[in-house]
Amino acid sequence: MVDLLLLVLLVIFALYAVYETDLLSSVVILSAFSLIMTIVWTRLNAVDVAFTEASVGAGVSTIIFLSALSRTKRREEITRNGKKLNIYNFLASLIVIFTGSVLIYGTFDMPDFGDFDAPVNNAIAPRYIYGSMAELGIKNFVTSILAAYRGYDTLGETTVIFTAGVAVVILLRRRDL
Amino acid sequence: MFEIAILFLIFSSFLVLYRAIRGPTIFDRVLVINFIGTKAVIILALIGFAYGRPHFLDIALLYALINFVATIAFLKYRTTGKLG
Repeated sequence: MVDLLLLVLLVIFALYAVYETDLLSSVVILSAFSLIMTIVWTRLNAVDVAFTEASVGAGVSTIIFLSALSRTKRREEITRNGKKLNIYNFLASLIVIFTGSVLIYGTFDMPDFGDFDAPVNNAIAPRYIYGSMAELGIKNFVTSILAAYRGYDTLGETTVIFTAGVAVVILLRRRDL
Repeated sequence: MFEIAILFLIFSSFLVLYRAIRGPTIFDRVLVINFIGTKAVIILALIGFAYGRPHFLDIALLYALINFVATIAFLKYRTTGKLG
């Protein structure tokens, strides 16, 4: 019940942030979205993700959005073009609906959430849980997966995030805009 | 009992949704996120006690510290037009 209400709140905030043409209001509502998201992560017992969401989602990214807004205009320009129902839009939505239903059909074969017989719970998770201490000597197996078992993946992620950070700094520090 | 308290707090968050969506000025929306932020701090603390893991209180404290950063940034943007 609590989760349902939280998710409804999330959907309302997300739809509002998309449809609002006043970008400052959108940023404010996105901040509220992050606040609710933190509660959802905490209810899923993912405390570390909740920490990240609270500091990055509600704190830093709001400020980055605001500093980007201070370089541009506050209002979104409304184009009448997108509202018309021409043949291209119709075909595009047909393709999107078709792809979406194929993807949903693909999920029918997946095991249930938290299924005891699912392969991920039989082969992969015990390997990490029991092997972490013996192979690496790291007690927290979330850390051992992130830093050792999929270390190259984390390295690539860090590179992407560093590149994005450098790009944001370069864009926001330009004085001639 | 904690679940019921959380339900009431979320219900009160729904009440301010009207101001968030209809609110004529930006300040209504800033008030709304302040309200929701305060509720979130209490809900996080309650979840911690409901799950029997009182160290969730740390997130609630971090939250209370971060909460006003965004508000200050908004108000600075609104009054000076920039953040730098």
